[in-house]
This record gives sequence, structure tokens and C-alpha cells, in this order.
Amino acid sequence: MAKDEITKEFKWIGTTPDRPDGLDKVTGRARYGADFNLPNMLYAAVVRSPHAHAKILKIDASKALAMKGVKAVVTRADLPEGLTGEDLYLQENTLAGEKALYDGHAVAAVAATSQLLANDAAKLIEVEYEVLPHVTDVDKAMAKDAPVILPDCADHTVPEGMGPNVARMIEFGRGDLDAGYAEADLVHEQSYTTEATHQGYIEPHAAVGQMGSDGKGEMWVCTQGQWFIRKMCSAVLGTDPAQLRVTPSEIGGGFGGKTTIFMEPLPLALSKKAGGRPVKLVMSRSDVLRATGPTASASMDVKMGMKKDGTITAAQVTFRMQGGPFPGASPVGEALSCAFACYDIPNLMHVGYEVLANRPKCAAYRAPGSPMAAYAVESMVDELCRELSLDPIDVRLKNGVKEGSRASYGPKFKTIGLAETLEAAKSHPNYAVALGPNQGRGVASGFWFNHGGETSVSLAISEDGTAQVSVGTPDIGGSRASIALMTAETLGIPYENVRVNIVETGALGVNEPTHGSRATFASGKAMWEAANQAIKEMCKRAAQKWDIDPEAVTWKDGAAHPAGDNAGQFEPMSIKEIAAEMGKTGGPISGHHESTPSGAGPSFGTHVVDVEVDPETGRVTVLRYLVTQDAGRAIHPQYVEGQYQGGAAQGIGWALNEGYIYGEDGRLQNSVFLDYRVPVASDLPMIDTVIVEVPNPGHPFGVRGVGETGITPPLPAIANAIHAATGARLRALPMNPPAVLAAIKAMA
Amino acid sequence: MSKMHVTATVNGDEVEFLADPRETLLDCLRDHLDLTGSKEGCGTGDCGACSVMLNGRLVPSCLVLGVETDGATIETIEGMAPEGALHPLQRKFIEHAALQCGFCTPGFLVAAKALLEKNPDPSESEIRYWLAGNLCRCTGYDKIVRAVQDAAAEMRGAA
Amino acid sequence: MRYHAPATFDEAVSIAAKASGVTRFLAGGTDVLVQLRAGAVTPDDLIDLKKIPGTHDITAQPDGGWRIGIAVSGASLGAHAKLVADWPGVVEGMELVGSTQVQGRATLTGNLCNGSPAADSVPGLVAAGATVTILGPDGSRELPVEQVPVKPGKTALEPGEIITAINLPPRGKNGGDAYLRFIPRTEMDIAVVGCAVSLTRENDKITAARVALGAVAPTVLLDEACAQAIVGTTLDDAALAALAEAASGAAKPISDKRGSKEFRVDVVGVLARRAAKIAYERAAK
Repeated sequence: MAKDEITKEFKWIGTTPDRPDGLDKVTGRARYGADFNLPNMLYAAVVRSPHAHAKILKIDASKALAMKGVKAVVTRADLPEGLTGEDLYLQENTLAGEKALYDGHAVAAVAATSQLLANDAAKLIEVEYEVLPHVTDVDKAMAKDAPVILPDCADHTVPEGMGPNVARMIEFGRGDLDAGYAEADLVHEQSYTTEATHQGYIEPHAAVGQMGSDGKGEMWVCTQGQWFIRKMCSAVLGTDPAQLRVTPSEIGGGFGGKTTIFMEPLPLALSKKAGGRPVKLVMSRSDVLRATGPTASASMDVKMGMKKDGTITAAQVTFRMQGGPFPGASPVGEALSCAFACYDIPNLMHVGYEVLANRPKCAAYRAPGSPMAAYAVESMVDELCRELSLDPIDVRLKNGVKEGSRASYGPKFKTIGLAETLEAAKSHPNYAVALGPNQGRGVASGFWFNHGGETSVSLAISEDGTAQVSVGTPDIGGSRASIALMTAETLGIPYENVRVNIVETGALGVNEPTHGSRATFASGKAMWEAANQAIKEMCKRAAQKWDIDPEAVTWKDGAAHPAGDNAGQFEPMSIKEIAAEMGKTGGPISGHHESTPSGAGPSFGTHVVDVEVDPETGRVTVLRYLVTQDAGRAIHPQYVEGQYQGGAAQGIGWALNEGYIYGEDGRLQNSVFLDYRVPVASDLPMIDTVIVEVPNPGHPFGVRGVGETGITPPLPAIANAIHAATGARLRALPMNPPAVLAAIKAMA
Repeated sequence: MSKMHVTATVNGDEVEFLADPRETLLDCLRDHLDLTGSKEGCGTGDCGACSVMLNGRLVPSCLVLGVETDGATIETIEGMAPEGALHPLQRKFIEHAALQCGFCTPGFLVAAKALLEKNPDPSESEIRYWLAGNLCRCTGYDKIVRAVQDAAAEMRGAA
Repeated sequence: MRYHAPATFDEAVSIAAKASGVTRFLAGGTDVLVQLRAGAVTPDDLIDLKKIPGTHDITAQPDGGWRIGIAVSGASLGAHAKLVADWPGVVEGMELVGSTQVQGRATLTGNLCNGSPAADSVPGLVAAGATVTILGPDGSRELPVEQVPVKPGKTALEPGEIITAINLPPRGKNGGDAYLRFIPRTEMDIAVVGCAVSLTRENDKITAARVALGAVAPTVLLDEACAQAIVGTTLDDAALAALAEAASGAAKPISDKRGSKEFRVDVVGVLARRAAKIAYERAAK
């Protein structure tokens, strides 16, 4: 893509029209996962382990099955054997086999003619357990004498002599650490911990599944990725993916947590056993918190050396992250790659351990791994800045990566916008507001890679010249609007003349979920290719009519034009005119595109937060909050801001009050919203935003994904602000009032 | 368990349904009356996604039994504005991009409408505390609060 | 589960007397329904008291006190200007229970009968010197609110007994009360610590006081030492320090998911100081 292509003026891009699905969503008409019902449908309930780690000796469902109206019970014995690797772990997580591996692990499921009946039947399914020793803490799980969760879980990367729950070790770096530290004027070494948090989407998982004895099935489900549901359910059930048709509902939030499966195979398995009657399964909030995919808890060591002028000379991290009871779920690899991604440091070392624990299987959560890494590293940078009396933004500008810098995780950065976000923060009025007593300001930057992923899109011109776009990426935060805007821009037609449909698995080639901040980037890029294919065809139809060479026709403002005087003198043919005749001129006009696009430019961001700390209670009040982040190109700026604000709010929650609390018995103690404390409206101020636009050369309109980076900086930014306000350095999350008060008292 | 017969007025229409005493008003609205605009996010009165008006009072419909509502007057998101029209709050939520996933939106709208009927000119802080029982995980509340402020201003101007 | 909606308290008592299994009463329902939903308690008989005439009323008593019906919601309580003027601390305690939505349902009586030491409305009632009227198979009796909870989740009510009203004494001249609680967020949490202070003053001097502490013992504490720390003083810094020390000294909390023992001991003193200041200011009006 030529750069002038990117920087030209746009008619639609950058405007903020009403989102296409707005009306349905403000009137209650939009259909989410639990809003689907089918004729002759059954209702399901799940029996879950009350133990963190227990051998399952016996499951007796006879009493439940004897109840009138109970149609089917499934246990692990009903699922195929012989799976390996991730497929096996998905199956094991769907229904426990020999052992229940965490509090809330599903053990059996039942389908009946009403929800109340299914709930009653579930209570009558008797499970006999032999309780085993458990471990939920990441550092204890690392120990050599820790309870064994999965025998022989270690892969080839784990050195001899590690504990039995260490599944993987990652190590990479560059330069000479010792030489780097020797150059530094100040070298610090500290440890930090973060607790697991949950995405906390307000919509619990819900699905209606139907499957006949022939293995043909259908499913309606709230998910970020209908093809992932199809692939994973088929793997767990031993059926053929092409025989399962999955339709995504509207989705009530995901943040990564709905990119995989938890209970989704169960309605299908129950349906198959109940003669093919459709089965509905809806999780409770408690089920969601206990048994879906929160993020990892982490224990981290950081060492960093800095010169008096702020130059970072060397740094290293060792991260230990548990990802639940199965290998492959911990985001430790991403965490390591993100740790120093904002900095150009010559001497680096990264070491990471993936650890199993008796907790639910982790799923992605908005920039998986990056927030924890940022908490450790950005806190450390702040500690050094304070000791050397350096401005935290200046130090980040001095060491920050720019175009051409070699990333800490390997590749060379193309055009990126970290420095621009730092400058925007520095010149923002918030950075100059005078602070009162017990108030402090914190700064931190953050990073996310962004992702392309398998993408398939089709676009069809209607008989009247309007356009429909079929995409496979569910709309969580306004992507219908952004894709419609890009379509309008490309075709040169009004935004209102575009309809974007999120389609089922039968309608397109494979699509990865809406994850990795890819929907607007990847589906948008594929739409652009598809639209250009349709434009080419429309130019051809006009050329046919004018009897000139198709190459002599260009597309402008929604119409075919002769490409110049040499091409001939013809009145432009509008999309409407071409569409009206398409049946006679060669048939339907459409375009489609399949690819795994590269070039998803990373998005950097910088946050500035002011807090006030009550020195007598440890309460932290967020006074003002600023997000500056590079969007590449903001297609619909309101929804870009929305991503920044939402990410910041989740990060603030993680920093201050969210966190999984496990009892000595290994049971989750806060599985309701009363005690799993996500921020409420009165906890937050307005969240100020600056959209920085450093166009991504890898996208026709310059788009960078914007969804994830925003959750990274709040954790350290707030820790840094609390330190500025009180002098106390909090090196463990959450920084809730008891923790802050204890830290303040410890200084006295 | 025998079901009980309930007659109530929902969004201005008289409705009848049979409820198991264990079913909540939310269950009855969604499963017996096909009014699925009210959502269950928690079932414990902590998220506000199921907010409805019961006899003129804002309540979480997950903490009301269906059988309690015999003779009651209930308003849900589906009855927020007459057919074909939108309440100013509904319009302002779209205009301000005050929704992302949209799942919490019906509850926010019902609760915000109750606020503006009681207090036509609420401060930012009053809006935030009134809506503290409505969880939104997508927006960080910023655009929601602005949409409510803007709708309130418009409604005061129109009045 | 059988659902009953009796028209009188006598009928309710007789239904309860005949019930043999698990019986629950429905005042606001915000605890009963949560337990029902979680499958923790599914009553055999659920007796809805809200349909009994008078249960939604707030009635001024001839002596200047107040009688509050058992189905009066937090929202109704807060909307009653005269009651708010007399007992702002009692009302603000109730108004802290749950969200705006929950306020449309939750009641003082339900909050009290749930038996939680962290119940936000109870310290205010205790500090105010409120009583409950109880009806049972053997007739009617009255009990001070502080004697209603006996341990977490358990009240002094005998099987078949029902609270029929909450009674607030006359506020009298130069009295003021206040309730403060500590929660990690600004809303929607259960009190980590709570404290209510009710006092009367003559000019600048405090002549009587009652101080109730929440969530620092198995039941809400009415602490005499706290009261003594401020009675006879002008709530100067020394009195406030003595009050904080007394409150922290009286606290016998546990560590749990909501807060540590140390934190509760510290913060109950802070809240006592802050609540006393507000009550003292209100008493001047």
C-alpha cells in the first residue's frame, strides 16, 4: 500500500454514525446466547466438583434418570477416548475424567424438560470423591514437593530437578547482562505478584445445541469465534467439524474469555443422547467465575540497571505463571515478549515458567500476559526514575522503541507510535494539574502485538446497488460500524447502504475469533480486498456496456468512469445502474477474500493517573485518568475511545480490588459479583482519551487493533501513583485498602 | 410442585402466566412472556441487567418471585418507548456510543429512566451512584454517564 | 416450595406453626431469593408478609417515635422526609444496602433477620435504641434490636415468631445520629467494618451516646466504653482519640475474604471518630 493512499482525505472513515445494531440493542430486541429457544427443547444443568483436587470414584445418576422428565445424563464415559494434546485438555476440562482438577470442574450434565427439573436432577446425581492434596498458589505449585496435578506434564524445555507442576520453561535474551549492569549507576531487583482476574463479561456463557445420532448438529451460542466452537466441540465429541453448523448470537462481552470452549460440547452430547432434541445450557455467574477461563496469577522477579541520565543498560525478568491444571494455557510466553517491548535495551534476559495449579483452565484476557509483565517492569522503571529524580515520560522517551528498533522479542519494528503517545501524554493538561495532599500521579506505558489470523469475508452487491458484507468476526464493541464505514469508503456509497452480517460457519471459510484486536484490522482488510474485486467486476460491466477495455474504466464516488479522455466520452455509470442490470450483464456481482493477513501493526499506549489515598483507611480514589494510544487510523473514533476507556476500567479493577480468593480448602470464595469486585460507575472518573494516529503500513486504511493495549498500563500506573501519594510501594495486586493501609503503616 | 396463576400488567398489556413459586420475575418475563430484553447477568441482584419497574419502583427482577407479582404493574425495556419511537435515553445511548456489547444496556436504560423521572437534573456523581448497581464491563461508564447527562438536558429542554 | 401470601400476621403465624419443613419469610426477598437461586436454601414454605395491610407504612407515634412496617423498602424509607430528619443515621444505614434496584426491595426487617454482623442497617438501629415487635404462637413481645441477632445467621426469634414492626424511639431535642461503613469500592459491597453513633448534646457537651459497631464481632456490638469515651465531652481531639481507641479495643473481628483482623481493628476506630463528628454536627441542628 502506498503511503499517499493511506493519508488521503476520507469521506466516511473517521466519522461517527450510529452503529448498525444500535436500535436492536437499546430496545432489548438483540438476541444474546440465552435468548434462543427452539421447539421441543430440553434444559440442562451441570454437576460440578466442590473439591479442588479429587479422584472421582463413582458417579451414580440412577436417581436422576428415574425422575419423570429427565431425558439424558452425560459423564466422561460418554465422550470418545484417545484424544491427545490440547484436544484432550479441552475434553478433560469439559467433563472431568479420573480426577476433578479444580473447584467447579464439571463432572456430569443432565437434560430435562424444564430448567427447575434439570436443577433438581443434578442434585440427585451422586458423585463419590477421594479428596487429594491440592495447590492453588503459583509459588507453592512450583515446589518440588507440590501435589502432582498431571503426571509427567513437563515438556523437553524443563530442566531436570524442577517441581512436578512445571510444564514448560522459556528462555531468551540478547547482549551481555553483566556488562550492562556494570555500566549502570543504579541497579534494582524486586519481586512482584499479581492475582488471577476474570474478564467479567456480564453475559454468562449460553448455548442451544442439537445433534442427531448421525453426528449432524447445529448450535446457537454466544462466542467470539464460531469456527473455534465448531472445531473444539467436534474434537471433544469425536465428530466431523463440517457436520456442525454454529451460529453466533449477539455476544455480551468476551475480552478473550469466549474464544474457547467450556460447557459448549455438553448440550450437543446431551442432545445426541436425548434423541436429537435441542438442549439449552446457560451458566450461572458462579459457574462463570469458578469454571470458565480467568487469567493467570503471576509471581515475577525483575532486575534493571539505569544510568543517571535515564538510559536503561540491562534488564532481566523471571516470570512464574500458573494457567490452571493443563499445559498450554498460561500466558507466560506472551508476558515475556511484552515485558520490555516498550524499550530499546541492549542487554536483556527473559526466563519464564509455566506452572500447573488446581485452578480453572486459563483463557485469554485482553492482552494476555502483558498487564502482569507491565506491572512488574513499569513499576521497576518508576522505582529507578524516582530514585534518580527523573521524569517518567522523559525516561520512556529516551529508551522507547521506534521505527527500526529491534523488539525485545526479536523482530524489527516497522512504523510505530510509542513516542507519539508519550508526547501526547506529556502535553495533555492532566499532566500539569497541581496535586493536593495525599494525592499522587503515576505514569506507565503498554504494548500489544495485535494479530491478523485466518480471515474469510464476502461482499455482495444487491439489486439496488446497496452492499452486504458477511464477516466471521462477532461484533463485541462496534466492529459492524467500523467495517460498514470502510465498506462505504471503498465502494463510494453511503454508510446506510451497507449491511454487515456476522454469519454462521456454513456461510464462509474458516475465521479465527474476534481476538487479538483483529476484527477491524483483518475483516476490514479482507473486506477491502473483496470490495475491490466487486469494483473490478463492476468496471468490467461498464466497460462491456461502453464497449471499451475494462482497464480503461476506473471507480470513483460509487460509479464507473472512463479512465480518461482516451477511454472515450461516457456518462459515469453508478453502482445503482450497474446493479440493476447485473442479471443481464453477467450475473450477480460479489467479491470475496481469504487470507491470513500479516502486518497487524502493534499498538502502544501511555496512561497517566492521579489518585488520592486515604491514609487512615488505605482507600484509593482515582481522581483523573488519561489514555493516549496509537490507533493507526480511527475508523469510528467513538468506538476507539470506548476500547481505551473499557481497557483502562478493567485495568483499574485489576489494580485495586479484583482478584480470585481461594480458601485453604482450595475453593473459590468470591464467585459472585458482590465479592468479585469489578469497578462500578461511582468508582471511576471520566476517562480522558487521546487517539494518536500513526498509520499502520500493513492496512489499506492504516488500522491498528486497539482492543487490548489499554488494559496493560493501569496496573503499574496506579501502583506508581500510590507511591507518589504515600511513599509506599505496592508490589502485589490487588492494591486494596487493607494492602495499602498495611504498606503505609509499615513505613512508619 | 404446583404452579400458580398470575395476572399482571406488563408494558400496559394484561398478561397471564403460570409460575412455579421458585421462578423469579425475570424467569417469568423471559421464559413465559418471551420478553428477553431483561437479562440475567448474576441472579443475585449485583449487576442490574434485569432491572424493571415494579409498581413504579426500580427493582432487580431476579430478586422478585413471579408469584409475588399477581396484580402488579411491570415495565420492562420492551415498553420503554411506544412502538416506533425511541425514548431520548435510547437515542442518546446510540449517539454517544454508550454501548459496546449491549448486554447491560437494557438494564442501564430502565434504571436511568427511573432516575430522570425522580431527578431531572442529576449531577455526574448522582448519576454514577444511582447506576452503581448496573455493571458494565465494556465502556468504563464514561460514555454512559455522558449519554444520561445529555438525555436529561434534552428532556429538561423539551419539558 | 409452597408460596403463601397471608392477609394478616395471625394467619402468617398459623401457617408457620403448621409448617414442618424449612420455612422462610419474605419481607424484601433480597437475601431469601439469593439463597434460593444458589440452591443454598430451598424453603418448603415461603410466607410472603408483604401483602399484609400496614406492612408498607411508616407511622408517627404519639410519643414522637416511629413505627416502621416490615415491608417498607429502603427506597420508601429514604423518601420519608420527616423520618430522615429525625433519624438520618438509621436511614443512611439502610440506604447503603445494595444498589438502587435492591433498595426497591430490601427492608430493615429483612436485613436484621438475615443475622449478618455486617448488616448495614443494624448498627444504626442499635445506636438509635430501636426495638422490634414480635408476634408468635404465644402472643406478642418486644425486644431491643441488639438482642435480635444471636450469632451469624441466627436470631433470637423462636420458631413461628415473626417481627411485625420496628419501633424507633422519639429523637427528642438536640439529638443526632450517623452511620459509616467501610467497603473497598464506593458501592455494592458488604461492610468490612461499620459504625453508628447516636448522641444528644446540651450546647457543646454530649449528654448521652450510643455507639454500635458492625462486622467486628459475631453480632453487631453496642459498646458502652465507646459511649463513655465521648459522653460529657465536647468531642474534642482527646475524646475522639479515646473513642477510636475504645472502638478498636471493643472489636473482636476475624480475618476473611473481605478484610483482615488488623484492618478491621484499625478502621473501626477511624469510622467511630468520623461518625461521631457527623452525629455531633447533626445534633446541633
